[in-house]
Amino acid sequence: MTDQTTRARPLSPHIQIYRWTLTMMLSILHRATGVALYAGTVLLAWWLLAAATGPESYAQVQAVSSAWYGRLVLFGYSWALFHHMFGGLRHFIWDTGRGFDLKHVEIIARLTSILPLILTAGVWVAAYAYMGAF
Amino acid sequence: MSDMRTPLSRVRGLGSAKKGTEHFFMQRVTALANIPLMLFLVGALVVHAGSDYATMTAFLGNPFIGLIMLLLIVSAVYHMRLGLQVVIEDYIHGEASKLLALIANQFFAFTIGVACILAVLKLVIG
Repeated sequence: MTDQTTRARPLSPHIQIYRWTLTMMLSILHRATGVALYAGTVLLAWWLLAAATGPESYAQVQAVSSAWYGRLVLFGYSWALFHHMFGGLRHFIWDTGRGFDLKHVEIIARLTSILPLILTAGVWVAAYAYMGAF
Repeated sequence: MSDMRTPLSRVRGLGSAKKGTEHFFMQRVTALANIPLMLFLVGALVVHAGSDYATMTAFLGNPFIGLIMLLLIVSAVYHMRLGLQVVIEDYIHGEASKLLALIANQFFAFTIGVACILAVLKLVIG
């Protein structure tokens, strides 16, 4: 290896070459939601520390969490949590060695896309009901 | 190259990192624990949507609730630390930046974990 010049070497096909599929999107989303949930634990720590600190600190959390941008973040966070949870359940099924044939992969993929959305909506309807919105 | 390994190394099955399947196993164990714990947290937050400071701190100050919160914190932080470690190992290739990112991951996870535990303990014990 004395020749240090870079030669144009063949590259393996990357993401943009392939037709976009649901399973591919879910794989990416599982990681993305995982990273988002990771970052969002700052909010969990802030909420708990504020509650432990006192009413003034807690009022700041309530001000942010009831503002439109706070609600948006919490809504996104709850969806990310459910999505990641169902992605994990999908992996649990695969861990047993089942559900690898294309038919079941597709069925499970659809369920794990739709169910988190329904649960997120349900949780927020319930939350608003507890706040006396209805 | 399998003939280069000693019989003892082969039977232990711990591989070059000497941890065996620990990462994979603990990732699954914490994932399983996170399901009921997170469902509890979401349920508790829904029920307390719009609750004032006094109601919320009284709820979090209950030792049984505090226990669940502590289990949740430990399991969630353990899980997210393992998860981000894999993400870092997959995408960050420079040795120095990878090492720094892995250390930052440890610091972040431990800080969040200890902060949450401290808060819960204060809420329960006062």
